[in-house]
Amino acid sequence: MPDRLFHTHRWMLLLFTILSLSGKAAAVTPSTERQLELRNLLYQDCGSCHGMRLTGGLGPALTPGALRDKPRELLVTTVRDGRSGTPMPPWKQHLSDTDIEWLVDLLLELESQP
Amino acid sequence: MKLLWLVVLFGFALPGASSELRATGDLGVVIERADGRVLIVEHTNDTRLEQIEGLGDLSHASVVFSRDQRFAYVFGRDGGLTKVDLLTSRIDKRILQSGNSIGGAISQDGKLVAVSNYTPGGVRVFNADTLELVADIPADYGGDKLSKVVGLVDAPGQRFVFSLYDADQIWIADMSDPVNPRITRFKDIGRAPYDALISPDGRYYIAGLFGDDHLALLDLWHPEQGVKPILAGYAEHDEKLPVYKMPHLEGWAMAGNKAFIPAVGQHQVLVVDTGSWKMLDKIKVHGQPVFVMARPDGRQVWVNYAHPDNDTVQVIDAETHAIIKTLKPGKAVLHMEFTPRGEKLWLSVRDDNRLQVYDTRTFEVLQELPAAKPSGIFFTDRAHRTGL
Repeated sequence: MPDRLFHTHRWMLLLFTILSLSGKAAAVTPSTERQLELRNLLYQDCGSCHGMRLTGGLGPALTPGALRDKPRELLVTTVRDGRSGTPMPPWKQHLSDTDIEWLVDLLLELESQP
Repeated sequence: MKLLWLVVLFGFALPGASSELRATGDLGVVIERADGRVLIVEHTNDTRLEQIEGLGDLSHASVVFSRDQRFAYVFGRDGGLTKVDLLTSRIDKRILQSGNSIGGAISQDGKLVAVSNYTPGGVRVFNADTLELVADIPADYGGDKLSKVVGLVDAPGQRFVFSLYDADQIWIADMSDPVNPRITRFKDIGRAPYDALISPDGRYYIAGLFGDDHLALLDLWHPEQGVKPILAGYAEHDEKLPVYKMPHLEGWAMAGNKAFIPAVGQHQVLVVDTGSWKMLDKIKVHGQPVFVMARPDGRQVWVNYAHPDNDTVQVIDAETHAIIKTLKPGKAVLHMEFTPRGEKLWLSVRDDNRLQVYDTRTFEVLQELPAAKPSGIFFTDRAHRTGL
């Protein structure tokens, strides 16, 4: 019985890995409620430096044009760890990796909107 | 018959106005930033009066008032400058004067409105009546781009003073001849000034620095003495935390010979002697302070905080430096404004979509008003105060 459990666990791990590697389709998405909180955080709190319409302020714009050439991984790292020498703080104390990846994907998704 | 015509004409000219006469000394403007709207409110009975739409992107919006206290100039993030008539509740004039702006000021004589811009970096000065461009001051410091401009204030002598975020400079623009501003530049004032304030008498201009462990002081009575660092090493022995929201230095919290200043990246309010500019005390507070504001009588200092502590407001006794009250108004307290003589304080609770009015003696909530994602609250008594 413990063996079976172990196997299931391994399979799930494998599945998780595959899903993670498949890029945009993040293995875990934040709950609907959390997504609302994150959206609010993006526009309201990130917005205090990047502008509520993400057109920039003290911090750079996060609009389609501005993010066009930025790799996803760089964006994730920037949100997670901040950018030293600039006011951009690390958000890892307050946001999980799932949160951060979901936010970055949201920004990139906005890009494809007309 | 003549009288009837007058009534008809008046009625047409002021469609939003009631037939009763109305003064403006107890009015205010509240920013509903997500919807590009402002509320007109009054603080005698603490009520909402009108809602005005169509002001564009109001993230980080701020307001100054004409000296007759009839018009509010609203500075939007999208470069919008909107002149709102508080009596008719209408937009009198509106221009898009830049791509991205951060705030503004009105001149000592009330005739010029200046806006500080991020894109293109610099200050633009407009006729307060017509909003026609009077002067353009690009923040050209010899770099490959123009600097973002922050901390713009008015100063006595028909001057505007502001800081260049990318250039580490403070500039004074003397507007005696409005179309030919005379600029005095102070270089190497410290790294990355992010905001500034001016003392209520208009003598001292102080810039907060993001990149250095001190503040930059300019004595406007003696600009020839240059900019001096004050409170050098104020954070030396303390852990510097990530900053989730830049402090605002707009409110000069002054009580007697003390100034109360938010420390960047620390859970502290700094108390400074305004004679010697030496540190008197560091007050441990609940979070990273954003606004540190003294009640007009100077007896209390109210503080709100950056994310994730922005559900809290604390009140400091200006005499003993003790925290005498900790309030939990709700989710995301963004701004506070005292009534002119300080018996009440209004605050905005963004994520709870409401305004609260406190009795500053009893800390009792006197009134709650609905407002959509409210941010800044500005009362018309600012019209007669230097730097606001």
